[in-house]
Amino acid sequence: MSDWESASAARVLPPARPRKLSKVPFVELADGRLQGVVSSGSDIERVYVSSVAAGSYDFACSTNNNRPCGGARGAFCNHILALVTEAVLQYGVERVARYLRVDAAGMDAQAIYSIMMGARPSQADSAAAAQVFSRFLRHLAYVELPATTAPLPELQWFPPTRVVV
Amino acid sequence: MRADLLADPVDGVDEVLVAVAGVDQALAAGLLRPQPAQVAGLAVLADAVAGSPLGARVAEAAEKAAAGAAGEEHFVSLAVARIALLGSVHDALMVRVGQATGRAPGDSSGSVAGGGQAENLVLAARSWLADLARAGWQGIDHDLVSGAEPVISALLPEPRLRRLAALLDGFAAELAASCPGSALERIPSRRWGDLWSRAMLLTLPGATEVPVGTVTGRLLPLGVDLHEHATAAQAQVHAVFEPADGGTPRLVRASVSAPKPDTIIGAGIWQLLRPHLSLLAAVSEGRSMELADMPITGEGDLLWRDEHARLGEPADPFATARVVLPAASALPTAPLDRHPARIAVPVFLEGYFAEQAGEALTFSLAGQPVVVDTDRVPAAGPLTPEAVATSNACIGLVRWDAGVFRVQPLAVETTVRKKVVALHAGAWAGGAVDKAGVKAEKAATDAATVLRERAGRLLRK
Ligand SMILES: [Zn+2]
Repeated sequence: MSDWESASAARVLPPARPRKLSKVPFVELADGRLQGVVSSGSDIERVYVSSVAAGSYDFACSTNNNRPCGGARGAFCNHILALVTEAVLQYGVERVARYLRVDAAGMDAQAIYSIMMGARPSQADSAAAAQVFSRFLRHLAYVELPATTAPLPELQWFPPTRVVV
Repeated sequence: MRADLLADPVDGVDEVLVAVAGVDQALAAGLLRPQPAQVAGLAVLADAVAGSPLGARVAEAAEKAAAGAAGEEHFVSLAVARIALLGSVHDALMVRVGQATGRAPGDSSGSVAGGGQAENLVLAARSWLADLARAGWQGIDHDLVSGAEPVISALLPEPRLRRLAALLDGFAAELAASCPGSALERIPSRRWGDLWSRAMLLTLPGATEVPVGTVTGRLLPLGVDLHEHATAAQAQVHAVFEPADGGTPRLVRASVSAPKPDTIIGAGIWQLLRPHLSLLAAVSEGRSMELADMPITGEGDLLWRDEHARLGEPADPFATARVVLPAASALPTAPLDRHPARIAVPVFLEGYFAEQAGEALTFSLAGQPVVVDTDRVPAAGPLTPEAVATSNACIGLVRWDAGVFRVQPLAVETTVRKKVVALHAGAWAGGAVDKAGVKAEKAATDAATVLRERAGRLLRK
């Protein structure tokens, strides 16, 4: 067995990297999609729920009130560009490209966006939006969970990583 | 410290780890339709505990599992057997650490009350863990892994179930990022075996109950150890406690932890934890604290309540490490917490020669190298691997993983322009004052503000 395979504290996940959250408060690589939430520039109550499927690059964008995004008629909107940009900041370009199955290793967010756009993906229905939005709410709920001063010995298995400040 | 004793192999450990690897191999392929290699692995596990009180139950569980007919209670038995074996490894390693540091390990006698009825929430977790064992790491897919989400969401708001919740949350995230299991090129088998078996154990009623007393006296911090996964973080302050009645000083810890969104990182973690443990401010200010009737567990974990503590006199951790630490005694590890990954013994080192060979840093003590683990030093703090590599004195934690003892630095003294400077990993815990720290704090505040604003606006609709 390698040291990694026989290590209790082996690192499995690369750490997230810091990014500003004001424009895109939530982005994730999950459910076979790059998906997330983009804050509206004009209406503080409104957010856009956007997603791009890995492999097919089928995309969807709608508001949290289930109205279709005006910019996403037949082609990627600005919200999807913002999503790709922030995902690359948070996860690194390699991980995002690998997940979406875009051959853009060593390139940047704009390259990933352009390659996907160039494949002329189709617009998916907004079925995923409700699920993505509920995952965003679940994510936000972590802000309000109580702290505890009882020790959690299990977190000994999760050392910090030196990658971010 | 006797570095040579940390380098020597510890008798019996390799043999026990072979039995652990047996069950880990079975978990990798899954126990739905076990193959001969997995059946053999389970038999090695059963043999290894045959002479113990667990023997009969584990033998039965191994037999059922080998036939692909294991129920939840059988998986629990396999998990308990694996934990018992690693408990014996922990004990052997702690004897060695005791010889190397000259501090006798506390007796780990004592029993767990246990018993009682598990609540439905915990049973749901157990059921998911059983499904996981049937599928095996190579059989995981998104459907199976996401089955943990509702369980975790329901567990997290309950502080008394936080150990299980935080563990499952970190574990499930790793599994989710590793789907489909059939495409995995390599598997962290020791780690996932550890996490799975601990989670199983925590589903047993009473598993987390510990005896609690109180203490009064002076607390002298040594340093801060940070733990984090994407959605949880914990700071543990290692300290020496001097009882007011003049008794022997003791090694203790104070902890604070919280769930967090994965975008709260770095300095944001200190900001998240800071309001719940006044000790973090004392650490940053280099102060001691006076405790009055502070609750403490039998293994030396203070169950911190701010109202039982007040800020004390200045106390330099290096003075504490030089003068008080050598005389401090350790409390015994709770029976269920005995695991090599739980070993984190405070030590003070000086008079070493730091040697950097590529990525690997060692401190050479009397000609004997000790591996230094700078990777566990949090990035959000002034202590850097470079500073460790040029240090003259170090407060650290002795740890053991993958067959090797290592020292994790909590603080170092290094000479800058002929002056001794102390750098602490947890210096920013109570609030950063240096330029880099203030900048990191500002960025972290902005991130937290956005999330709180979004939560306030969207969550309660
Ligand atoms: Zn849009």
